[in-house]
Amino acid sequence: MTKSSPPSLDYRLTVNGRPHEVQDSWIGESLLYVLRERLGLPGSKGACEQGECGSCTVVVDGRAVCSCLVLAASAVDSEITTIEGLGADQALSDVQQAFIDAGGVQCGFCTPGFVVAVHHLLSNHHDPSDNEIREALSGNICRCTGYGRILEAVREVVVRRRSS
Amino acid sequence: MTTAVSTRLRQGTLGTSAVRPDANAKVSGSFAFSSDMWADGMLWGATLRSPHPRARVVSIDVSAALAIDGVSCVITADDVPGQLTYGLIAQDQPVFARIGDEVRYVGEPVAAVAADHPETCRRALAAIRVDYEVLDPITDPEVCIAGTEDLLHPDGNIFREQRVVHGDQSITGEVVVEGTYVIGMQDQAFLGLEAALALPDHDGSGVELYIATQWLHEDRKQIAACLGLPEEKVRLVLGGVGGAFGAREDISLQVHTCLLALRTGRPVRIAYDREESFYGHVHRHPASIWMRHHADRDGRIRRVEARVVFDGGAYCSTSPAVLVNGISQIQGPYKCPSALVESWAVRTNNPPCGAMRGFGVVQACFAHESQMDKLAAAIGVDPVEIRLRNAMETGDVLVTGQIVDDVAPVERCIRETAALPMPPLSPDSDDYRDIPGGSGLTADRRHIRRGVGWGVSIKNLMYSEGFDDYSTARCRMDDGVVTVKFATAEVGQGFVMLAQQIARSVLGVDEVLLDTIDTQIGSAGSTSASRQTWMSGGAVDAACRAVRERLLDLVADRDGLDRSSLTIDDLDITDGLSYRRSVVDAARGLRIDETAEYRHPPTEDLDQNGQGNCHVAFAFVAHRAVVDVDVDLGLVKVVQVATAQDVGRVLNPLSCVGQVEGGIAQGLGLAVMEEIVVADGLVRNPSFTDYLLPTFLDAPEVVATFIEEFEPKSPLGAKGVGEPPCISVTPAIVNAIRQATGRDLPRVPVRPSDICL
Repeated sequence: MTKSSPPSLDYRLTVNGRPHEVQDSWIGESLLYVLRERLGLPGSKGACEQGECGSCTVVVDGRAVCSCLVLAASAVDSEITTIEGLGADQALSDVQQAFIDAGGVQCGFCTPGFVVAVHHLLSNHHDPSDNEIREALSGNICRCTGYGRILEAVREVVVRRRSS
Repeated sequence: MTTAVSTRLRQGTLGTSAVRPDANAKVSGSFAFSSDMWADGMLWGATLRSPHPRARVVSIDVSAALAIDGVSCVITADDVPGQLTYGLIAQDQPVFARIGDEVRYVGEPVAAVAADHPETCRRALAAIRVDYEVLDPITDPEVCIAGTEDLLHPDGNIFREQRVVHGDQSITGEVVVEGTYVIGMQDQAFLGLEAALALPDHDGSGVELYIATQWLHEDRKQIAACLGLPEEKVRLVLGGVGGAFGAREDISLQVHTCLLALRTGRPVRIAYDREESFYGHVHRHPASIWMRHHADRDGRIRRVEARVVFDGGAYCSTSPAVLVNGISQIQGPYKCPSALVESWAVRTNNPPCGAMRGFGVVQACFAHESQMDKLAAAIGVDPVEIRLRNAMETGDVLVTGQIVDDVAPVERCIRETAALPMPPLSPDSDDYRDIPGGSGLTADRRHIRRGVGWGVSIKNLMYSEGFDDYSTARCRMDDGVVTVKFATAEVGQGFVMLAQQIARSVLGVDEVLLDTIDTQIGSAGSTSASRQTWMSGGAVDAACRAVRERLLDLVADRDGLDRSSLTIDDLDITDGLSYRRSVVDAARGLRIDETAEYRHPPTEDLDQNGQGNCHVAFAFVAHRAVVDVDVDLGLVKVVQVATAQDVGRVLNPLSCVGQVEGGIAQGLGLAVMEEIVVADGLVRNPSFTDYLLPTFLDAPEVVATFIEEFEPKSPLGAKGVGEPPCISVTPAIVNAIRQATGRDLPRVPVRPSDICL
């Protein structure tokens, strides 16, 4: 970085239950940038830098947020969950599997943000109506699918969880 | 030989909803999009762009930028070693604007930097001093058509002027309807922003580029020319592509990234942000179309007249081809014995326009489908009846004189759409999410009017006017392991899945590996024009069939069998008698390697009267839209879209549904929300805050059915399904709003003020 830039920082983030050291980071770096470019966690995507598209959705202390709008250095004491932290033991989560089964994946750029958002929705709301699903996910833009197969994927998860 | 037909479809073969091979990686976040590419010692690149729609570059001073710590280099037009311009049809677009030359649109590249951090790049761009002599822009296409001595470019101000004169010019109709229709500038708005990583060869003699594109080989041709390198010194590898929709046909950051890498001798990544993306790629052409329909008293079309103007913006891109697509299908999917069309695609100082899903037909369709409703009203029949009376059939003739020799089930598209269930008149509840205005809570049901509207369209498939857009594929079977290679850009549509389905069906194996998608094989042509299922599908099919023939030859020789009786049945090779062995087992120890090219029959240029067999094939679709409108506030809720689409043959049911639902959302966007607002050449809304895309709550219920009439011209019997879904849905929605409101609504997107003021 340039000598005229603001001082860089060293700090620690807790991502997916693991501590990560962040070194020599410019203070203006977003959480999305640090996850992707410094911590080797590129699953969260950037597509608008304005919190409009949801591609960068992560969960910070139990809240789904747009990581492009969070300064990384402000998240030092938080528990951060990204797409890389979902699923267990190399297996897909039920939400991830349902996206595949229902045809909810085309280009896939919005998919990680959607998957995180759906996990967050269903952890707080076990039996959402179609309109509740639509509203809860209206902050995640998909340009390929028209949302129909994504709605179907969420419905499938709800049914599977209810019957298991 | 013949292939025995199984009575059941094996999962993963043609006709089944095979799973995408990239699906696991995409849902788990490990799929590498081009913006995820990373290399040791990588620098970041960034582009300085013109703030003016038209200005002369007087001077460029990069010294302050170079003095910033962390900046490795700054490049301008003086640093381009090869051709200074590029372009798909005409090479009229500069890599960078040169001192003494004009910049021609807001966002035209002037310089680029490479530095150690994106923030350093931003500071370096801010430190570059460019002096401009600001000039008056030309932003009205009519100024160029009227003829002006003020040339915006040495190539002139008209990209193409084309007349179509067809049939008896003296025909007039007993019933005449006319109107002028305006289409706003739509953006493809793919989610995965432009990004590339360039790796210079150690000796600086070449470069490898990881890039999200629609056509690797065309990119390579243009990049190599600008770099002054032979094409074999420029190797392209497809980086993961986050959607395309036409916006990745043209060069954006490819040349800049390679130049920076070659200059610095280090890997360089450029990644646009959303604002830069709006400036960095072409958009859908804004258009103005006047049409007059002549019909007999029964509403049968006798003649169409049209005046079509497409604003191509500052550079040519594909404007001439987009224009021809529009005017050659201006009659829509209807019989039409006589036509006179005047048309222009012109250069202005507006943002450059080029390919977007639908490619000129979207604009034409909005005009002809608006006219069809006017014609229905004029003769007093309903919108379905007027379309049925005029529905095109196989053997009918386009206004270009070309005979439509495809399967053309227009009547079936309309009838089967009409047979799909309508939504309930009003939902059971007064859920605000079902009402126009949604969570704004601005309306209740008493203010809402419902409308139903129709749209039907024709869309050409593949490239036109003499273009040889062949595709290449290679299939290897090595010790029973099948690997398929092609350069076909997977942009989200699922060709990787289709290629596996073809190989499984032809070769009788379940596991099919896919080689890297790159330029180490012949061209596949562009992932555009609904063409890859047909073209690259045809190439993969041919390569796999060649391997199958060779395999059966070798097995017959080796095992002493009668070659003519050998077939592949499901997963086995059999002679129909005692010999039956699995393909994988029978192929052990054998190495077969076949490459195939697939070509469609040649097409012709249009002549000066717009006559000629310029297209390869056509697909058809009908849409019925149901809308609720809050007429006081001008807000629209698209309740349902029903559609029947001519697909030839469904190769993957889930994938077809995905294309249809996604296309409908994009057509809805053009109907009621999406527009790049340009004033005096300035883009007013280059962000997702201000450029509105359909969200989950905006997407309608989609009820779809597919019309499967095997297309004999197609190698797999299938037609491309990508473009038709987004074409006639736009006029269907607007016709529904017109029915609900009684308004003319000659312009899309329909804005609230168009309805309520």
